[in-house]
Amino acid sequence: MVILSLDLANPPAWLLVAPALLPLAGAGVLVALGRSPRLAGPIALIVLALALLADATLLRSVLLHGPASVTMGDWPPPFGISFAADTLGALFAVFAKLSAAAVAWAALGDEDARADQGFFVFLLVTVAGVSGAFLTGDVFNLYVWFEVFVIGSFGLVGLARTAEALDGAIKYAVLNLVGTTLFLIAIGLLYGAFGTLNMADIARKAPGVAQAGAPLGALALLFLLAFATKAAVFPLQFWLPASYPTATPLTAALFGGLLTKVGVYAMLKVVVMLMPAAGAEWSGLISAAACLTMLFGALGALAQDDLRRTAGFLVIAGVGTMLAGIATGDRTGLAGTVFYAVQSMAATSALFILVGAIGKAGGVSLQALGGLSHRSTLLAGCALVLALTIAGLPPGSGLWPKVLLVESSLAADRPYLTAAILASSLVLILALGRMFMLAFWRPAPPGAMAADRADERVTVTAPLAVLVSVGLVLGLWPEPFAQAAFSAADGLIDPSRLIDVVFPEGAAP
Amino acid sequence: MIEASFAILAGLFFATAVYLMLAQSLIRVLLGIVTLGNGVNLLIFTAGRIGREAPPVIAEGFTAPAVAVANPLPQALILTAIVISFSLFAFILVLAFRGYEMLGTDDVSHMRHSEPRATLPPLGN
Repeated sequence: MVILSLDLANPPAWLLVAPALLPLAGAGVLVALGRSPRLAGPIALIVLALALLADATLLRSVLLHGPASVTMGDWPPPFGISFAADTLGALFAVFAKLSAAAVAWAALGDEDARADQGFFVFLLVTVAGVSGAFLTGDVFNLYVWFEVFVIGSFGLVGLARTAEALDGAIKYAVLNLVGTTLFLIAIGLLYGAFGTLNMADIARKAPGVAQAGAPLGALALLFLLAFATKAAVFPLQFWLPASYPTATPLTAALFGGLLTKVGVYAMLKVVVMLMPAAGAEWSGLISAAACLTMLFGALGALAQDDLRRTAGFLVIAGVGTMLAGIATGDRTGLAGTVFYAVQSMAATSALFILVGAIGKAGGVSLQALGGLSHRSTLLAGCALVLALTIAGLPPGSGLWPKVLLVESSLAADRPYLTAAILASSLVLILALGRMFMLAFWRPAPPGAMAADRADERVTVTAPLAVLVSVGLVLGLWPEPFAQAAFSAADGLIDPSRLIDVVFPEGAAP
Repeated sequence: MIEASFAILAGLFFATAVYLMLAQSLIRVLLGIVTLGNGVNLLIFTAGRIGREAPPVIAEGFTAPAVAVANPLPQALILTAIVISFSLFAFILVLAFRGYEMLGTDDVSHMRHSEPRATLPPLGN
């Protein structure tokens, strides 16, 4: 009720921090309630719903009235730590919260998640870190939020009980620690060059610092390397097919939906927005990485028998597609990247939830699966729409961002990038079409699926159906989302509105 | 001059860290990560410029220091980084120990449990 009466032109300070603080506080409450794990799931879901409401209000305010900012402790920026919400951050935050809420909802009926008392705590910590990363206006604070979600995700992979999962967890942990340390190295050098870590202040000072001959090109490459490790960009992607598929399906759904996209978001915010000229120096390298990531992901997905591993490779292919827009760096390309990233959050989480449901119904091996459409029509319908969405076919939401990216790569005169987008889409259609044909459409192979119980419990199919219908809505009615993506791209290309809102008087310190 | 020698020292830390992280033993890899973290702290300290100015205390009635003062921000950044990397390192040590107990090895070339078995999907018939 309080949220309906808000003045959206001047959002109150708490609205900017609520999306990050609510899940963090919720995690604290869950730890305190450790003895009654039955309450954990519903409380986590309520907290995430409230945070989603705050995110949506913030997005509405940002779309109507431009960016908003608040600086902690009433210190004047750049001395205090700023939170700054622009269209990009608010858009990512809304979709991240949507995916996380669906995962929490699916976990309500999942024995694994209920047995591990820590699941919902770590889920909320991860979501808090991701939300903070999307809304902060300070590069060092971005690093701190990165560490917050890394701690949460370490907790989730640490729940591993099998040798397979533990091995994946160790690889995930080591690679992520190296990735964040690289990020910190880059931050140290950035501070050495600019003397400030406030994003708006850096954007303001960038032309002068570039003229003074600071090695911004090397700095941009370091940031790209750090974020590419997080986002699983070729050739830094090998940890992902080892660690996501071995985690529990719902953990993988959270990670696949949120974590790689944070890497892409940080690339957009730090490299594209703060160091445009230095980032453009590496656009050839980014293009090559984008092509290889897309093709590696698509071909890898085609070669897998284990559906969990297929899903892991599909995440990589998606990251490559997002990278294509960063490589071209124009308005259309950046809008395509933003649009693809947000719709991919919902689609990827849905994919891993689906794989978890298939695994419960008959295992994850394509050799043994079959006949699922006779056992659960709703699950089969979700799987069909999801396959179309991820492959980039209508009516799914993957189509329109790919159209934007193809348009942008043609305009930028990079035919090889266009070819890679289209070729990887074709291979994805093969891989996903085969998954649907084998697991759902063909009759069950004899002897397989002795366990005759379809996973039709509402707690799994309902969140899945919600995420899938988000993809359908985005695919059938893309106009408002495309406009939001273009508005986010405008904010990246020209951050002057953000600078004005963080430094209202334009006063130099 | 002092900044140059600190920069070289940070570089030595990075070189040691990379050497250790390329080892086959997981414990050496983890020690490499710790060394890397310490190298970064040194780097941030140096990036904030090292000086012998007065302590950064602002006199009463002023909003900015009147004379040149030492830069307090790198120390705040490093303190944050130390706390975070320490807690993560503690976690990863426990994870590695559990891995050693469960997998029976700390040699990364023998840790292949999460890698694929050689099964191909059905080719259709």
